[in-house]
Amino acid sequence: MLVVENLQLKLNGNSIINGLDLHVGKAEIHGILGENGTGKTTLANLIMGTNNYRPTGGRIIFEGEDIAELSISERAKKGITLAWQEPARVEGLTVKDYLSLSSKNGRADQIERYLLMVGMEPKQYMDRDIDATLSGGERKRIEMASVLAMHPKLAILDEPDSGIDIVALPLLLNGIIEMNKQGSSVLLITHSEQVTEIAHRVSVLCAGKIINSGAPLETSQWFKNNCLTCPHINEPAH
Amino acid sequence: MIRYSVEEEYKGIISAYEKAGGDKRALQSKDVAKLVIHENRVLANDGVKGLKINTEETDSGVRVNFTVEKGTKVARPVHLCFGLLPKEGLQEIIMKVDAQDNSEVSVVAHCIFPNAVKVIHKMDADINIGANAKFDYKETHYHGEDGGIEVIPKAKVKVGKGGVWQSTFSLSQGLVGRLDYDFEVFCQEKAVAELVVKVYGRGSDDIKILEKIHLDGRGARGMAKSRLVLSDKARAEVRGETYGNAPYARGHVDCIELVNGTEAVARAIPIVEVTVDTAKVTHEAAIGSIDRKQVETLMARGLDENEAVDVIVRGILKS
Repeated sequence: MLVVENLQLKLNGNSIINGLDLHVGKAEIHGILGENGTGKTTLANLIMGTNNYRPTGGRIIFEGEDIAELSISERAKKGITLAWQEPARVEGLTVKDYLSLSSKNGRADQIERYLLMVGMEPKQYMDRDIDATLSGGERKRIEMASVLAMHPKLAILDEPDSGIDIVALPLLLNGIIEMNKQGSSVLLITHSEQVTEIAHRVSVLCAGKIINSGAPLETSQWFKNNCLTCPHINEPAH
Repeated sequence: MIRYSVEEEYKGIISAYEKAGGDKRALQSKDVAKLVIHENRVLANDGVKGLKINTEETDSGVRVNFTVEKGTKVARPVHLCFGLLPKEGLQEIIMKVDAQDNSEVSVVAHCIFPNAVKVIHKMDADINIGANAKFDYKETHYHGEDGGIEVIPKAKVKVGKGGVWQSTFSLSQGLVGRLDYDFEVFCQEKAVAELVVKVYGRGSDDIKILEKIHLDGRGARGMAKSRLVLSDKARAEVRGETYGNAPYARGHVDCIELVNGTEAVARAIPIVEVTVDTAKVTHEAAIGSIDRKQVETLMARGLDENEAVDVIVRGILKS
């Protein structure tokens, strides 16, 4: 589904992504674990084409096609989407309208179902704007609902658990599992080992490079033993 | 100039009215007060109990006397439809409004110029809101894509003791052309004035907005709010002026202009003046660009960039 080969990004002379290789299979949940500043969000931006990021080297292949030069819309139309760590708020755009434009059919009953899947009561939220009146956690769950509505082939979820309370987190994770059961691949970016438990495979990112990859429990343990205790963040040679 | 029969005119204007978001059923209902004017001809004029609409056709438009009698509370919104279907023409509406003491009315006006290439639409209104009367006026414009139109709405509004004037002017469908909006409100004791303008300027639109509120009575309150989005080579100047001239008057000027692209030009000039030490008038004016992250969020759901910008602009102008 997604093959990233020797991906590189240099910004102002600094290597942010440094020869990154990654494979995400069809209907796979692939967790990316990494400390702050290791390049997780940059990787998400490069795959989606957001933030004006374009690789300075390497390839991003989606379903056999190099997508690195495509616009965000073109990538979305091919079935890729991104849920931001801190989603944008849009004054005057209701939750209902936001989910409708994400959804292929825009049916109200379907939209209500996506809200319920992330633990939100439709009557309470459908007519609200996705603006500053929503809490950070509410906005994140709506972002997740809009991804569910899109039925993407590949959903990139950037720290979907941050700002989510312990009651809502299981609902959110269930939403990801449900989306995966319906055939979506998921690139699940996080620094929470708990979240990666739902993944089929996990890779560890350091200094813009994948330094380990494998089964979730083993890789999470490896991350815990090696990265959380490492005094040389972003210096994998140590 | 092409002349239309009255029947053709009515059909044409109602069709354009629907396209502009108007509710055709409201114009067909006997229970709803309405006034439909095409060029200088009055095509429909129905009042309801306590509301009188008198008209006089002139060479270039129509004089309208709109009276809400003392104590009358008009249950359903009054619908006004002003339009000009030919490509060229002049329409001058001279309006006198008398909302008498303790009356209440809500007016929805649609101004429709779908084919304008060289059209001038002027409105000159003299509006008197009586003591404790409430008048809510919403005016929405529907223009074509030629931009060959000049819109010049001017109003002087006097709001009596405890009265309320609320107006919203929206122009986001079609090209603006040239807009010279000038509303001035004088508030007596405990009167309230709220002026809202929402405009989406594109092409080479030229927009001038003046919202002026005089808080002349003790405890009077006023807000002048404007939301503009400019693309292409559109230019806009927004002046929001509020004068606190009486004890405990409270006023606020709130102007936000967003510029999309590098060629549009926005200017905001808020003026606040207080002449009494217990009065307070505040202002906020911001000019910025459309948030890139908002655009990218919508693009990541499959919208093209222009569609994404359009959704954001509609949201800004709705709120």
